[in-house]
Amino acid sequence: MTPAPTAAADLPPGIERRRFDGRERLATRGDRVYGEPQDDEGWRVWDAGRSKLGAMLELGMEPGFDGDDGVLYLGAASGTTVSHVADFAGPTYAVEFAPRPTRDLLAVADVRPTLFPLLKDARAPETYAHVVEAGLDYVVQDVATRGQATVALRNRRFLAPDGRLVAAIKARSEDVLADPGDVFAAVLDDLRGGYEILDTRRLDRFHDDHLAVVARPRPDDVS
Amino acid sequence: MSGHNPGGSGWFRYADPTDTDSAAAVINEETAEQPQDWPAEAVRAGVVDGEDDYYHALHEVTLQATRAAVRERETSTEQQLHHSIAAMDDAERTANELAERVVEWAGSLAGDDREPPADGIDGVRTVAAWTPETPAEERVVSLAERTVDLDAERAALRSFVESHAPTVAPNLAEMAGPVLAARLLSLAGGLESLAKKPAGTVQVLGAEDALFAHLEGRGPSPKHGVIFTHEYVRGTRPDDRGSAARALAGKLAIAARIDHYGGAFRQSIHDDLDDRMATIRDREDEV
Repeated sequence: MTPAPTAAADLPPGIERRRFDGRERLATRGDRVYGEPQDDEGWRVWDAGRSKLGAMLELGMEPGFDGDDGVLYLGAASGTTVSHVADFAGPTYAVEFAPRPTRDLLAVADVRPTLFPLLKDARAPETYAHVVEAGLDYVVQDVATRGQATVALRNRRFLAPDGRLVAAIKARSEDVLADPGDVFAAVLDDLRGGYEILDTRRLDRFHDDHLAVVARPRPDDVS
Repeated sequence: MSGHNPGGSGWFRYADPTDTDSAAAVINEETAEQPQDWPAEAVRAGVVDGEDDYYHALHEVTLQATRAAVRERETSTEQQLHHSIAAMDDAERTANELAERVVEWAGSLAGDDREPPADGIDGVRTVAAWTPETPAEERVVSLAERTVDLDAERAALRSFVESHAPTVAPNLAEMAGPVLAARLLSLAGGLESLAKKPAGTVQVLGAEDALFAHLEGRGPSPKHGVIFTHEYVRGTRPDDRGSAARALAGKLAIAARIDHYGGAFRQSIHDDLDDRMATIRDREDEV
């Protein structure tokens, strides 16, 4: 019917702003996952308050998704965000370490043929490098463990030279007491050991004490 | 681009991608140092007809593998212990709450020829033995019977915890007692993470509210968390409880590490703790 209203025109293919209950919301097209509103064309709301990646897009960050990217998603949890990623991206590998949320992730993956769930530890990429392909366009990272920079550095091996790291860094996972600003500075410093930082933004409007980072792998040394 | 890569092989090299069961085991067990362009390699190796075919097989296999891995992790004894201690606490809390209600209600119905029931689960047992004569009494007696049953379930859960904690962590269970051991494992998120915690953290597990209040400058540092229920802490005079809690936590941390990294029972750490506690308690006698 009518094309989607495009307020901020630069959303990636497969993600649109649609009207739900009189409000413009981010949406992707796919099976419902967590009781989110869905319109009759199959678009379902991507709630920025429940998804850090959703919050990044809502705040106008442009990771540069082009509609059929290969994605490695670290910290998939119950699959809320990764379900939206699989809706608009190509092959999507979802890594989660805790068994309980992975049970829900399985249901999300069951109906999405290009979503591949893995119960693995993101700090040990060698345990899934025989499954996850090299040369991916994105590593999306949302892991709430200490050493978030290390996780990003170790998983650099999956990225294509022009791929992107899109990470939500949680200050409290590194140090509950330190000032989040100091924590972010330290994490960014570590990240520079293997990445060039392209953009950062605080997500506080949606997620307290989180920093969004977009970075590209540095060509020089190996991971 | 040769057939072999030094960093390891793709999952499809170890098993036929259409044999979902064996391929799933490969997903969970094999490793590789470096990823490759696996879809292209699988096509080149002739194990699939094309990339679509590859992704279709990969989807089936990862679902199966991850389902199996989740099941394995969730049914482990450690996980069962975690659920049973939580269920035991729920049953106890609920039984106590219902007991209060039963006693209060039955008290109003006791009349002249019956003693009003005592407080707690004993009083509930008395009420459960009444012969109801009115519709209201029928309800309160029935509720009393269910409360007694729930209390019995709590006891059954406790003996389950008592018999299972030693299989998960023999040294920890011996030192802390099975119920406290199960609580510590639960709070830490498993034996592995308990084994990685410093003694100072073990000492205040379960006192997180007080700890963070302290760190924000509102209040003193907590001397103990759940380990307060241990006789060595609770039974020590208040002035020495900090020392007792510190000594116990130190040995508990070691016990957890022996259980995680070794696994065999080791008498010497239990003797060490007993010696140390004797020293601390001697102070009491000296004054």
